[in-house]
Amino acid sequence: MKLNYTFKTAAKGLSANKSRTALTILGIVIGITAIILVMSLGEGAQNLILGQIQSIGSKTIAIVPGKQPKGVMDAMSTFTDSLKNRDLDALKNKNNIPYAGTIMPLVFGSETMVFESNAYRPTIFGATPFFSKIYNISPEEGRIFSDEEVAGYADVVVIGSKVKEELFGANNEALNKKVKIKGRNFKVVGILGTKGQSTFINFDTAAIVPYTTAQQYLFGIKYYNRIVVEADSELNVARTVEDIKITLRNSHNITNASDDDFFVETQAEAIKTVSTITNVLTLFLAAVAAISLLVGGVGIMNIMLVSVTERTREIGLRKALGATDRDILTHFLLEAIILTSVGGIIGIALGLSLAFLISLILTNYLNMAWAFSFPVLAIILGLGVSSIVGLGFGLYPARQASKKSPIEALRYE
Amino acid sequence: MPLIELKNIVKKYEDGGEPTVALDGVSLEIQKGEFVAIMGPSGSGKSTLLHVLGFLDPPSSGEYKFDGKFFSEYSKEEVAHVRNRKMGFIFQAFNLLPRTSVFENVRLPLLYSDVDESKWDKLAIDAVNAVGLNHRMNHDSSQLSGGEKQRVAIARALVLGPQVIFADEPTGNLDSKSGQAIMEIIRDLNEDQGHTIILVTHETYTAEHARRLIKLKDGQIESDKAVEHRMHRDEFRK
Repeated sequence: MKLNYTFKTAAKGLSANKSRTALTILGIVIGITAIILVMSLGEGAQNLILGQIQSIGSKTIAIVPGKQPKGVMDAMSTFTDSLKNRDLDALKNKNNIPYAGTIMPLVFGSETMVFESNAYRPTIFGATPFFSKIYNISPEEGRIFSDEEVAGYADVVVIGSKVKEELFGANNEALNKKVKIKGRNFKVVGILGTKGQSTFINFDTAAIVPYTTAQQYLFGIKYYNRIVVEADSELNVARTVEDIKITLRNSHNITNASDDDFFVETQAEAIKTVSTITNVLTLFLAAVAAISLLVGGVGIMNIMLVSVTERTREIGLRKALGATDRDILTHFLLEAIILTSVGGIIGIALGLSLAFLISLILTNYLNMAWAFSFPVLAIILGLGVSSIVGLGFGLYPARQASKKSPIEALRYE
Repeated sequence: MPLIELKNIVKKYEDGGEPTVALDGVSLEIQKGEFVAIMGPSGSGKSTLLHVLGFLDPPSSGEYKFDGKFFSEYSKEEVAHVRNRKMGFIFQAFNLLPRTSVFENVRLPLLYSDVDESKWDKLAIDAVNAVGLNHRMNHDSSQLSGGEKQRVAIARALVLGPQVIFADEPTGNLDSKSGQAIMEIIRDLNEDQGHTIILVTHETYTAEHARRLIKLKDGQIESDKAVEHRMHRDEFRK
């Protein structure tokens, strides 16, 4: 029988029992919807994170103390004190790092900030004015502290919008007021605008002070949590990374690269790491979603077996009228494939719609820089997998149908 | 050359335990253009014989030659092809596809044939006209009366111009009036168009349209002779 007629016959067979067909399809719809949704959201999340990394600027290099974490147990080693003042001096030496543009030490921690009777616990960053440029933030009111204030251990602070609101209230003046951190009075010189989560740092709940002040009076440490170096051009990033490693190994008397007590992060590496993590997560979730597709496939097999038994007489008749085993096999296989393909298409449409809806909610109500992602791979995968499920789970019932002897089938009551 | 040649055909069924012998050494020849009725009490093997003849059920032993070729020499695909092109089937229970129009039911064998698609519609319409159901062409098969259903089944058996038509109790589910009408059509197929007809029945009035009557008993041929009191055409038309 020609395939187009087999297709029509199969479609007619399915339409004969509409509610059963619809329920069978539902199993596949749920599976495919889940896969498409997970993959679309995964891709969206990845784009969001990558976008934030890119916003740091591709010339930026971060030096992190401790060994590069290779597993969970290494994570704590980043809180070591291996980056010290003499390292900073060595890095600032133009002979060591010729292509360095700006170098900024960074310390951070959490301390309670008090204004009158209000208290709040922001993340406190100790930095230089360069901070503003690297993270692309500038005060809405007031100013960033100056290099002189950094050199002079000045008690000045730039606060995030949420910090301001918590301590001063939404409508009250905060600029030039004094806040207390660890019993020390700091003058508010700048207030950041609302920015939301960006670059893994929520500046709304942050307070930025000169790193000198932070080291000396707030955290009582003599090392840095990060040293951020900006290369003078993107072309010189790789070169500068090497220069930094050589300089720091010299400074720390390290001869073997595996003994490094620091590691260097660039935007390119961060993108690679984050992509790997989000890809693995997305795939894992998609695999979980695929289990529901498997269940849907078993549902199809079950219904097809029932259908084959119910239509024993019809199969017998078709054989008596000249249908070959192959005709019957193709017929029932097509029914299964139509079921899964229709389910797949509905699932893709539903999954994309849900993903789009979620992206709208995230952007409009949660102010995230989320972009709806159209996962082409997932759509191809969804259609492919649903057809394969149809083939796989339809094959057994279709074979059962094709093997029926015409006379047994015609006698069947 | 006879169309059908059976030599010592045996058919056994084994439903676990003791095998049942349905056909116990049947030998016969049927020529082209014959109208044969097979009669016998239930359990005599008449339906089994029809199924063996119609390639629906393979014999357990013995030789069956159809159209000059032994059954054992036909491949599975060829068996399907013979059923499609050279044989037509009419069943007691009509076996029409439900929720399907008269036209589509009659066209069904064409879907499995190698006949060019452009000829399908004409062949199907001609067959429906031949059984006088042109006014029912697009009716759903389930809306038809029993007699009409059987006429659709006859049209379906005719559509590919088979060499032999097998009818298994074609009047069994019909009242005597529509049964007679069906037999008239079948008889016309034989007398006017020269189709070979092999009919299984337990009703004498149905069998009396045939020219030859084979009586079976316990899987063996009890008698095989020309019908003595064949109804005259004019007579039963009254």
